[in-house]
Amino acid sequence: MGDLKRTGLYDLHLELGAKMVPFAGYDMPVQYPMGVMKEHQWTREHAGLFDVSHMGQVLLHGGDAAAQLETLVPVDVIGLPEGRQRYGLFTNEDGGILDDLMIANRGDHLFVVVNAACKEADIAHLRAKLTCDVEEVQDRALLALQGPSAELVLSKIVDVTDMRFMDVAIRDSAFGLLWISRSGYSGEDGFEVSVPGDQAVAFARALLADPEVAPIGLGARDSLRLEAGLCLYGNDIDTTTTPVEADLSWAIQKVRRTGGARAGGFPGADTILGQLTHGAERKRVGILPDGRAPMRGHTQLFAAETGGEPVGEVTSGAFGPSIEAPMSMAYLPSELAEPGATIWGEVRGKRMPAKIVTLPFRPATYKR
Amino acid sequence: MSKTETKGMKYTEEHEWLRVEGDVIVVGITDYAAEQLGDIVFVELPEEGTEVARDDEVVVIESVKAASDILAPLDGEIVEINETLTNNPSLVNEDPTGDGWFFKLKVADLSVLDEFMDEAAYKDHIG
Repeated sequence: MGDLKRTGLYDLHLELGAKMVPFAGYDMPVQYPMGVMKEHQWTREHAGLFDVSHMGQVLLHGGDAAAQLETLVPVDVIGLPEGRQRYGLFTNEDGGILDDLMIANRGDHLFVVVNAACKEADIAHLRAKLTCDVEEVQDRALLALQGPSAELVLSKIVDVTDMRFMDVAIRDSAFGLLWISRSGYSGEDGFEVSVPGDQAVAFARALLADPEVAPIGLGARDSLRLEAGLCLYGNDIDTTTTPVEADLSWAIQKVRRTGGARAGGFPGADTILGQLTHGAERKRVGILPDGRAPMRGHTQLFAAETGGEPVGEVTSGAFGPSIEAPMSMAYLPSELAEPGATIWGEVRGKRMPAKIVTLPFRPATYKR
Repeated sequence: MSKTETKGMKYTEEHEWLRVEGDVIVVGITDYAAEQLGDIVFVELPEEGTEVARDDEVVVIESVKAASDILAPLDGEIVEINETLTNNPSLVNEDPTGDGWFFKLKVADLSVLDEFMDEAAYKDHIG
């Protein structure tokens, strides 16, 4: 454990009574004394503060950074307006997903946020494939404030009331220049804020001083994102899943598709564009098990209550505190992936019925 | 923390508590175990009348983190189960040594309880 990295908020997590666990090479809070269920519910009803400083923050400088980045992602980056952010995917030559990321247009440069577990590989990938300047931001922390009270709380520090979902802005504050986006990973309205490293603890304390704010660990972060139908890289998407199989086709804008002005030109384009036209053999879906027992990751799925080989597998599964029921994401053959149909998951040697549903399990409350 | 008197309770190495009630043994998990498991979201209980052997998996608990099994501490018959846990599994977190009990076990000879840890020994066990 001695080689685990720490974020700038490590001491604050301990002070707040966090239970720490290894995650993506970092020693991170999985829960605070409130516990996972209450932290989840608190975020849905008030505002939750998450330390996501382990994620990678990267700046791409240079006039043609957008055009260059388009060679690595099946996303319309050139058409992304200044002050806006968009979800993206790094793909490989087979059409698989290397990582998912957020891309923000900040005028003369792009700001990119990538997953902690992938950040070294992502940065190496960017440096190997692009000629623009790739700068890893290492002197900033990243905090997320999520939930219905997030706007009101953050507004006491910096005005954000004019921002809508997926807007980005750089604003001055008592804690230095804040890089703000109105986005998150909970299905709630909220913000992700990059703050100068030497101001991070003071900024976090200022937010936590508000009675509407509680610190939230990775446990609730997972159940929140799962209810919102959002993928966790490494579980629900990876190099063996394509964006079309993962039901992320919405992230591929028309201009990058067959017939578009900049169709293709990203790794795995033949496979991905082919699947967009002809369909993929399997698809990511939501499933709602009957009863209260969760079907967790790697639960085998069957087309019938008895007999037959597995037809698919659960990639993430947990109990959803807001929907008050267990929920899972899974891959199923496209012909079986019919909302409303029943699928069987093997839990402790017994096949249990579950209903196939469209995602998300709970509608998002973004301020669009 | 518990609302229930823990005096006279016995403890297994698997963090179950055992309490004699008439001629049966009530079984649940300790405060320590409930704390370690985290929020419990699902409890699957055995059927009343089931004959169990020591170390049989008789109860499945799912917490926000993972699934765990509760083993039968002794040979015996399940004579009663705590059905309120089916709809309200969080009782195990709220009152593990009281309302959060799992089942009552009828055993041939109550004197076998002597082999289990008392409260002081259990406290040593969990350090």
